[in-house]
Amino acid sequence: MADLTAAEPPARPVATARILRVAGPLVELENVGGIAMNDLVLLGAERVPAEVVAITTSRVTVQAYEYTGGLAPGRHGFPLGAPVCARLSPGLLGGVFDGLLRPLTDFGDRLAPGTGTDEPPARRWAFDAAVVKGQEVDEGTVIGEAGNPGGPRTRILVPPGCTGEVTYVADSAEHPEDTVLAVVGGTEIRSVTDWPVRRPRPVRERVPARAPLTTGQRVIDLLFPVARGSTVAVPGGFGTGKTLLLQQIAKWCDADVIVYIGCGERGNEMADVITEFAELTDPRTGGRLADRTVIIANTSNMPMMARETSIHTGATVAEYFRDMGHDVVVIADSTSRWAEALREFASRTGELPAEEGYPAGLASALAAFYERAGAVTTLGAGPGSVTVLGAVSPPGGDLAEPVTAHTERCVRGRWTLDRDLAYARHYPAVSWSHSFSRDTDVLGTGRDGQETAGRRAAVAELLAAADRLADLVELVGVGALPAPERVSVLAGRLIREGLLQQSALSPNDAHCTPAKTAALADAVLAVIERCRSLVASGTPPDVVEQADFTALLRAREEAGPGDAATVRAARDTVLAVLGELR
Amino acid sequence: MSPERTPVEYTSVRELRGPLIVVEGVGGVGWDEFATITLASGERRHGVVLEVRDDLAVVEVLEGTGGMDPAGLRMAFDGRPLTVPVGEGWLGRTCDGRGAPRDGGPPVFGRTSAPVEGMAVNPVRRQPPGEPVLTGIAAVDVLTTLVRGQKLPIFSAAGLPHLELAVQIAAQATTTGERFSVVFAGMGLTHADAFFVQEALAERAAAGELCLLLNTADDPVIERILTPRLALTVAEHLAFDGGRHVLVIMTDMTSYAEALREVSAARGEVPARRAYPGYLYSDLASLYERCGRIVGRPGSVTVLPVLTMPAGDITHPVPDLTGYITEGQIVLARQIHAEGVYPPVDALSSLSRLMRKGAGLGRTRGDHLDVAAQLTAALARARQAGELAELAGESALSPADRRYLAMYPRYLHDFLHQERDRTLALDESLERAWRVLLTLPPGELGMLPTALLDARNSDGSPGAVA
Repeated sequence: MADLTAAEPPARPVATARILRVAGPLVELENVGGIAMNDLVLLGAERVPAEVVAITTSRVTVQAYEYTGGLAPGRHGFPLGAPVCARLSPGLLGGVFDGLLRPLTDFGDRLAPGTGTDEPPARRWAFDAAVVKGQEVDEGTVIGEAGNPGGPRTRILVPPGCTGEVTYVADSAEHPEDTVLAVVGGTEIRSVTDWPVRRPRPVRERVPARAPLTTGQRVIDLLFPVARGSTVAVPGGFGTGKTLLLQQIAKWCDADVIVYIGCGERGNEMADVITEFAELTDPRTGGRLADRTVIIANTSNMPMMARETSIHTGATVAEYFRDMGHDVVVIADSTSRWAEALREFASRTGELPAEEGYPAGLASALAAFYERAGAVTTLGAGPGSVTVLGAVSPPGGDLAEPVTAHTERCVRGRWTLDRDLAYARHYPAVSWSHSFSRDTDVLGTGRDGQETAGRRAAVAELLAAADRLADLVELVGVGALPAPERVSVLAGRLIREGLLQQSALSPNDAHCTPAKTAALADAVLAVIERCRSLVASGTPPDVVEQADFTALLRAREEAGPGDAATVRAARDTVLAVLGELR
Repeated sequence: MSPERTPVEYTSVRELRGPLIVVEGVGGVGWDEFATITLASGERRHGVVLEVRDDLAVVEVLEGTGGMDPAGLRMAFDGRPLTVPVGEGWLGRTCDGRGAPRDGGPPVFGRTSAPVEGMAVNPVRRQPPGEPVLTGIAAVDVLTTLVRGQKLPIFSAAGLPHLELAVQIAAQATTTGERFSVVFAGMGLTHADAFFVQEALAERAAAGELCLLLNTADDPVIERILTPRLALTVAEHLAFDGGRHVLVIMTDMTSYAEALREVSAARGEVPARRAYPGYLYSDLASLYERCGRIVGRPGSVTVLPVLTMPAGDITHPVPDLTGYITEGQIVLARQIHAEGVYPPVDALSSLSRLMRKGAGLGRTRGDHLDVAAQLTAALARARQAGELAELAGESALSPADRRYLAMYPRYLHDFLHQERDRTLALDESLERAWRVLLTLPPGELGMLPTALLDARNSDGSPGAVA
């Protein structure tokens, strides 16, 4: 395991190999030996980074992460003798990076190939030691914290596989990034560490995911909750609000760190996320929302192969923060674009295509990514978790296509976004009939969990009843239904408009605490119950339907994110209105 | 295209297949280099290196390989990817899909040249779009405002007037008070359409505000792949170096995608959905994503692609993948066209995702967003009422629903419909929207601020008592 602790950047080439073939991102070199799978190779004078994907006795095949224009047979590639690594450092929080985790702020207005391989400017971090010389420490022990003064702090850990006595600790002061901060059992520890992106970071053990992640979106927290350490797929056609929903969760969920991977998505959208997060305040810490966020931006016009690594890079960054004992949420938007990069490269290497041209390994590649999620006991013996939310963009909205179909088999939850709901401007357009959460059972324990489960069952039942009746209503009109069914139709409307809809633009309702969610659900259920008993005791259904429910429907907008009292007052207003009906 | 170098010429052609030439014995030729091919007759064609392996180079010929005899071919490589001259010389010109003059003028020269593939804008250097482009079309300006730096496609179907709409936007669009240019790229146009476009845009071209690139349906397929890239390269330079706001109109993207499919099949690539290449999304993104604004630089590139949905199917790969990349869509509908209304924009299926940022107080008008939201909501309700009336009869409607039903024809004829040569100022378009809305009872206009509504009702607007 000693090689894993190498903090020294793998900058020196170990060999020189002649380039034999170039076809877009697919490059073949002669095999000069000493090259391993997944090793990093720099190509040509521009030093275009590439990763080894196949080796034969005479040739090495690499996939290039940047534009290979001008690269010709006869020129040279330089194997670095080390796998493709992510450079993990205190500079991650609040930063924006490309798929190889190079800071995008180091580049100019346009991303010319090779410009990112120059030595980055030296950064300095303020270090506060947490161990003393002579102390015995184990892997995963916190040796201190580093970061910008006043900015977010990152814990520096004893790397995996390293134990022993602390023989040196740096002063608690500002140091350049590559300064040795401590020496443990002969291993030098710096504030930066490189980790191979495709190798999951080790943990002491995986534990069952039991704690809920509060996303701040009612339809999710109430109907399709997600546990910390779980996985969710979010399929949705274009225009269904996939990106907006994920951005809302990135802003308001109660995780410690968010890793937002914009994988093959819109440039303007990323620009928006970057500016918006810098301006927003984290409701939990009072700091900038950007300070708990790492953004990996690989827009759809950036080199396609870097899209493929960006997913693994994001998972590596998430594990890095998990190992410090944080709850991390990885948002990958969109995994379909990542799968397309897999397909593209498979097609260039002449791999036998399976469904729709995707390689046969698609299912296992997806599973391997989602399995990097989990609740764990870290090497430092603390709890930590990585939750993965992956957007899926099914072509033509077809949920039977390979990426959607393979993904939903390996995730714990699915939030399907429905085009009809989106066109009716019902946001978030999470379909209650086509979504599921397998975390409801583990989260339904304890007093809070049981109460939530009860509300969930009641709301789900009413929605199902309303859906069944909806088709009938379209044909014959609501007036032709018997009185109890008319209340069911009314109940569906009250739940949709008063509880499930949530405007991302509303200052009060953009996010919602569990208390307000519970209060709104209880209020809507109480009003429906009263309507039902009124009708049962002979009040004509159209009188009930015409009653003024405005206070209830406006409660979600008028009460602040944590304001249950206003919601209860609205409930009482409507119950009073109903009390006066005859 | 680079006369400064007299490169080595290669003559040993091993294979000719579809648009591809395989030459052997080459040395130092890089991937994606531009090549010039001279036929025995002296005719010159152009190509791009698709693959280099040992001493072999596979070259794709832009003009096609028709009539080529391997014996007399000479190939020279440029040592760099395809570049085009850029600059103001393009304004006022009409060229073919490769940039060669169609207007009888001299070839376009520029002081600098740029690679047609362009380079991706660094996401951290992008400035989020925030000001409108006014098209003079009521339906677009009021309901799906086009924002500078946005990519907003028109989804149409065969037989609908999308080309007319695109040309009208090209002729009318402005950014009030700032330098504005249009680059119009036509791909796979019929000669009749090309003639129509040229004639309709002659005035703007004469004013030096427009560049026309026309690839007709009988031009080589592969040239069609170059046309939008050429247009965007010219536009990027006019915008980010020339400080102009540039609108790039690309029509018809379905023809472009078909050209891409044809070339992909000739290359023997693994097909994906409906035999389009697997990289169709990334390829379209490499075009559409060239729109935007850059921090600290004047100018913007706004992209308006036009595409026809085969058989009106919005789930077809071309509109579907376009929708995933672009920031909204303007959908044209056959039913509205059948009513004789132009432009037949289906407002309920249309959306401009950036409108919230590019319209409203300080950008267009203070009441704009409220009016647009209210009009969209009213249309949704009118459509529901219409569906119910068809099933159960108009007598089954509530009094409010009947008002909505009555509003719909007013919307079509008093708001949506406009003449093909008429530019509506934004104020005028918004007034039209107000007049339609005020046919509804005030209680139904909950999305409009009360103060605005009171002001309208008290000044005795004609619609107020309708």
